[in-house]
Amino acid sequence: MAKVTIDGHMIEVPDGTTILQAARMIGGDVVPPAMCYYSKLKTSGGYCRTCLVKVTKGSEKDPRPMPKPVASCRTPVMDGMEVQNKTAPDLLEARAGVVEFLLINHPLDCPICDQAGECSLQDLAYEHGLSRTRYEFSRRTFQKIDIGEKIKLHMTRCILCYRCVKVAEQITDGRVHGVLNRGDVSEISTYISQAVDNDFSGNMIDVCPVGALTDRTFRFKSRVWNVNPVDAHRDCPTCSGRVMLWMKGAEVFRVTARKDEYAEVLDTPDGKPGWICNTCRFDKKETKDWIVDGPSKIDRHSVISQNHYVLQEPAHKPLLNAVQAVPTSWQLENKK
Amino acid sequence: MGKKLLLKDDHIAGIQSYDVYRKNGGYASVEKAVKTMTTEAVVEEVKKSGLRGRGGAGFPTGMKWSFLAKPPGIARYLVCNADESEPGTFKDRYLMERIPHLLIEGMITSSYALGANTSYIYIRGEYYYVARILEKAIDEAYANGWLGKNILGSEYSLDLYVQIGAGAYICGEETALLESLEGKRGNPRIKPPFPAVAGLYGCPTVVNNVETIAAVVPIVNDGGDEYAKIGIGKSTGTKLISASGHINKPGVYEIDLGVPVEEFIFSDKYCGGIRGGKKFKAVVAGGSSVPILPADLILKTAKGEPRLMSYESLADGGFATGTMLGSGGFIVMDEDTSIVKNLWNFTRFYHHESCGQCSPCREGTGWMEKILHRILDGHGTMSDIDLLWDIQGKIEGKTICPLGDAAAWPVAAAIRHFRSEFEEYIKNPKSIKDVKHYYRLNNLQSA
Ligand SMILES: Cc1cc2nc3c(=O)[nH]c(=O)nc-3n(C[C@H](O)[C@H](O)[C@H](O)COP(=O)(O)O)c2cc1C
Ligand code: SF4
Ligand code: FES
Repeated sequence: MAKVTIDGHMIEVPDGTTILQAARMIGGDVVPPAMCYYSKLKTSGGYCRTCLVKVTKGSEKDPRPMPKPVASCRTPVMDGMEVQNKTAPDLLEARAGVVEFLLINHPLDCPICDQAGECSLQDLAYEHGLSRTRYEFSRRTFQKIDIGEKIKLHMTRCILCYRCVKVAEQITDGRVHGVLNRGDVSEISTYISQAVDNDFSGNMIDVCPVGALTDRTFRFKSRVWNVNPVDAHRDCPTCSGRVMLWMKGAEVFRVTARKDEYAEVLDTPDGKPGWICNTCRFDKKETKDWIVDGPSKIDRHSVISQNHYVLQEPAHKPLLNAVQAVPTSWQLENKK
Repeated sequence: MGKKLLLKDDHIAGIQSYDVYRKNGGYASVEKAVKTMTTEAVVEEVKKSGLRGRGGAGFPTGMKWSFLAKPPGIARYLVCNADESEPGTFKDRYLMERIPHLLIEGMITSSYALGANTSYIYIRGEYYYVARILEKAIDEAYANGWLGKNILGSEYSLDLYVQIGAGAYICGEETALLESLEGKRGNPRIKPPFPAVAGLYGCPTVVNNVETIAAVVPIVNDGGDEYAKIGIGKSTGTKLISASGHINKPGVYEIDLGVPVEEFIFSDKYCGGIRGGKKFKAVVAGGSSVPILPADLILKTAKGEPRLMSYESLADGGFATGTMLGSGGFIVMDEDTSIVKNLWNFTRFYHHESCGQCSPCREGTGWMEKILHRILDGHGTMSDIDLLWDIQGKIEGKTICPLGDAAAWPVAAAIRHFRSEFEEYIKNPKSIKDVKHYYRLNNLQSA
């Protein structure tokens, strides 16, 4: 066991727990945002850098602070470690920088994006971003591609979290898509437009934090806050059959896996990740296919739970733009 | 000039061939190590020598070797990093092309010390012809019993392979290199675990630069203590410097660490002074990623002491007034050089080479390049300079691998030391097009 303190909250966790997992055990404000880490996918995390935290004390044995901010999703805790998340202004500034990087090439087409309302990037931008951009160049764009019959890839919105690649690797048989090219022109792609056709491929849609992978059977049918989520199940030979139905009246608009407060799929009662199969997701769109368990619990983060997006005084002074690290020469002259 | 260790036989005709190399004392270190030394004893000599990694970071090699995990029944690997892609660095190519057997010999001796039975030389795709030279040398070494089963009749066996990369700078980062060697996309891994614990194919692995491995040969031959006598302080031994830019004698020089920078630039033994009698403006001392320094700060530290070609002296003053020895890519610029144009060129390189895994580097490098391009197009604004400063600060230290830092440092240093040059381009866009750089037109003092 290891004792770790995050923003002043102490918790004892098993060895090998990451800082992010420990923070999630504490819950609330001390939890860093995570755009690429997904607890149910092995080797996920480390890419987006939104979960950076400041380690002010390495451990009881070696109390030196870590020289650089670390990705909390991939850094295991040590006994006696002390971590700052919300309480370190310089860390919040670094995170605001990461958010800005994620946004400069994002199309910001929320008004026409199916993910709006349940988009992790939207949440992140509201909490940490600026209300305007400092990026004055044309943004990168890609052609939309169909990945198989049911999934649309809109690469322009992608933040390269690699989650869908890990789904393809880990829960479908035989990876049929990965990353092509390098740097800021990297793209998620099926190799030579090979369609993803697999019982579990639809879970890529659920893990996508933005609107890059969307459900073709639901695209443009409704805004997510205009459909009501209810928990339902069916006896499915392929998956757990435990889903969320998104309904308007008696009509089922879409089917997704059940999600927890971090927008990850919930575990089934037997402790396995509740991935759902494509039949449940795409083909069972009648109420008679399902036994309804009751309304779904919607977490505080969702726009569906209303009034979340009140413009608040930010917890910290927006630091972007406020920095003036090097005085300009005319400032120096004025000082003289 | 002190004694040469790596390039001592450089002038001998035919030294590329096995027979000539052997006649001049080649492969003695393998004989000595395999016949008379335990593996621990070889590691101990390397520790005593104080040798530091020549790939850029300068990590003590003996220490790195002693960190190698040795679980029983699991293979260990030595991988030689011959990806050499840092702009301004070309020493490894010179060494491999001129004296290929020195690297092969170093690989055998080092592999023996680490207990590796399979080793690789990962070489960048552009060095295709060098790979052919190495392959020929490896064939000769096999034919003469230096590689293969039971080397010199001992228990020790080693197979050595050359693997050609596809020409990506990022594959010089050690974990991206290992991914590439495994046949995957060359993305740096997220550490921990470090290669010493889980490297190639998940097995304990040491990755070392070409020059580092070559230096093991004289260390084993003459002893670590002898090697440590050369150099100054913790910068022991000799170092290959690839000198380029506006100097009279560009090329690869083997120096004793600790030579004064002034002597290195102006002495006829080395760079031979600035080309065409021009004024000396700035130096990028260790490959494109290290901070650029104006003439006065590279010749003397902020404290006024002469600056030396050593890890410590070049780093004196931190990044505020110092720089790094890095990979030894020494780029000299005369008074006509535009710092902003040069910076744009470096930044374009890092943008192009970013692997794209992590957001700050993927997005930030392209953004900085675009802003620099705008300034060079005559459309820059004063706030662009602050924006550049802010962006580089938001990349540095927030990425998976040090490529993000490598992209950020040159931008920071150029603004720190040559801000007036950016301002001049912004206030007076005409000066950009002017081939005679505005420094001379305005009769400004450089730096
Ligand atoms: C982006 C990047 C590129 C690198 N390229 C090289 C290279 O071309 N050659 C090299 O020897 N080391 C390179 N390195 C350093 C290696 O990661 C590693 O530190 C080195 O090979 C270790 O060898 P050494 O201890 O002998 O220096 C690079 C590092 C980074 C982050
Ligand atoms: S810093 Fe750049 S090159 Fe290194 S892992 Fe991140 S994106 Fe790739
Ligand atoms: S969530 Fe940790 S780096 Fe993306």
